[in-house]
Amino acid sequence: MAGSAPQFLLHHDGDSVAVAVMDLLPGSVNGAALKGGTKYSFDLLAACPLGHKFAAVEIKNGEDIIKYGVRVGVATADIKVGEYVHVHNMRSARWQLSRA
Amino acid sequence: MAIKPRLTGYRRPDGMVGIRNHVVILPVDDLSNAAAEAVSKVVPGTMALPHAYGRLQFGADLELTFQTLIGTGKNPNVAAVIVIGIEPNWTNKVVEGIKLSGKPVFGIAIEGQGDLKVIEQASRVAQAFLQDASEIEREPVEYGDMILSIKCGESDTTSGLGACPTTSEAVDRWVEAGGTVFFGETSELTGGEYLIADRCIDDACRLAFQTTYDKYMEVIESTGANLLGSQPTQGNIAGGLSTIEEKAMGNIAKTGSVPVVGVLAPAQEPDKNKPGLYFMDTSSAAAECITLMAAAGAAIHLFPTGQGNVIGNPIEPVIKLTANPKTVATMSEHIDLDVSGLLRLDYELPEAGDRLMTVIDRTINGRLTAAESLGHREFTFTKLYISA
Repeated sequence: MAGSAPQFLLHHDGDSVAVAVMDLLPGSVNGAALKGGTKYSFDLLAACPLGHKFAAVEIKNGEDIIKYGVRVGVATADIKVGEYVHVHNMRSARWQLSRA
Repeated sequence: MAIKPRLTGYRRPDGMVGIRNHVVILPVDDLSNAAAEAVSKVVPGTMALPHAYGRLQFGADLELTFQTLIGTGKNPNVAAVIVIGIEPNWTNKVVEGIKLSGKPVFGIAIEGQGDLKVIEQASRVAQAFLQDASEIEREPVEYGDMILSIKCGESDTTSGLGACPTTSEAVDRWVEAGGTVFFGETSELTGGEYLIADRCIDDACRLAFQTTYDKYMEVIESTGANLLGSQPTQGNIAGGLSTIEEKAMGNIAKTGSVPVVGVLAPAQEPDKNKPGLYFMDTSSAAAECITLMAAAGAAIHLFPTGQGNVIGNPIEPVIKLTANPKTVATMSEHIDLDVSGLLRLDYELPEAGDRLMTVIDRTINGRLTAAESLGHREFTFTKLYISA
């Protein structure tokens, strides 16, 4: 991204979700990991507004969702790389009742 | 190296250091709000702190209300206090508590004489307190003399990416300078509470933290409620946060890397001889949390926000920072520091930390925060249970 701002950031290499840092439309997007600085590109499958997340890896229903290098929830559906991730397809792993 | 600006503040008789010099008109109970607000109009320059409680409370809930009232009066940003209550007993209790700080306090009760006589007597004393307070001079102070508090709100994923890590920089620098910092938001550590437990300085601290956390969780979980929409809030969800754990990780990202040296009950003062980072058992609701932290003596607050919380506090200046460029654009009048450049990788955290320290220094020295200039004076008590 020399000279151009990232479109998304991952907190850590290995996180299963990336965060859009501008409003993104479907298509090819470029970003980086905050810690480590590794560069990434993805084919975004749906619009992802600033601050929202998409999958950086394929995530199966019931698998942990990793951000900051730790579990921040569990998938409630199979999620493809580049798919939008929010309360419709992930839930808290800690508060079992906490789901959309 | 840049020359550090000279910091100035107010040294109170009990040794606490503040950065504002308020003369406060403090109602003991909801019934006394009208008289307190009237005094603040007769003597402009004083500040009334109306609130909703103080009647028919009992046990621990009543004690917390007393502690909040007394702690607010003792806060080093307060020069002098007029206490007004409906009856003399609880009024005197609050007066005696604040008196321990050595600052001027005057108490008066409404029963038996009515609002108008009380307003006149209280206004005469308030006038004298205000004139006396205006002669108190600022003196050189250091971070180590003061308590910093932190609490984020209307968080979104940009909080965890930018505003909270920037706050972390300030927390580490404040503690390294010998100062004390409060963080709280008990329920909002869920999913990362083990990270805080790991940072506790010894086993006693760790046990106190874990016990406090578990007790709060029992209360929440005993309701059997679905908390989605409450924690994370609707604003959090709109900002892209999906779970309590995701929100917690952003929250914890603001607590620095220093050890946790102690665990405080709501509004409890820290050990003066043991500076450092303290966890305080609080709600994650902004106004409740900051009111409790101010009542424990905090002089200055850092508030990272994502979607744009507008919180202020009557006696403790609240500095708001955000990394969300949309919030910077749409709510600029509420934002003291824009760190959205972190998301563009324009600069790194140490530089964002430097920028925040500059805002902190200017606020200490008297510059009004956005919240102060807009009159945000949220003064909200934490209620532990129903009143009798």
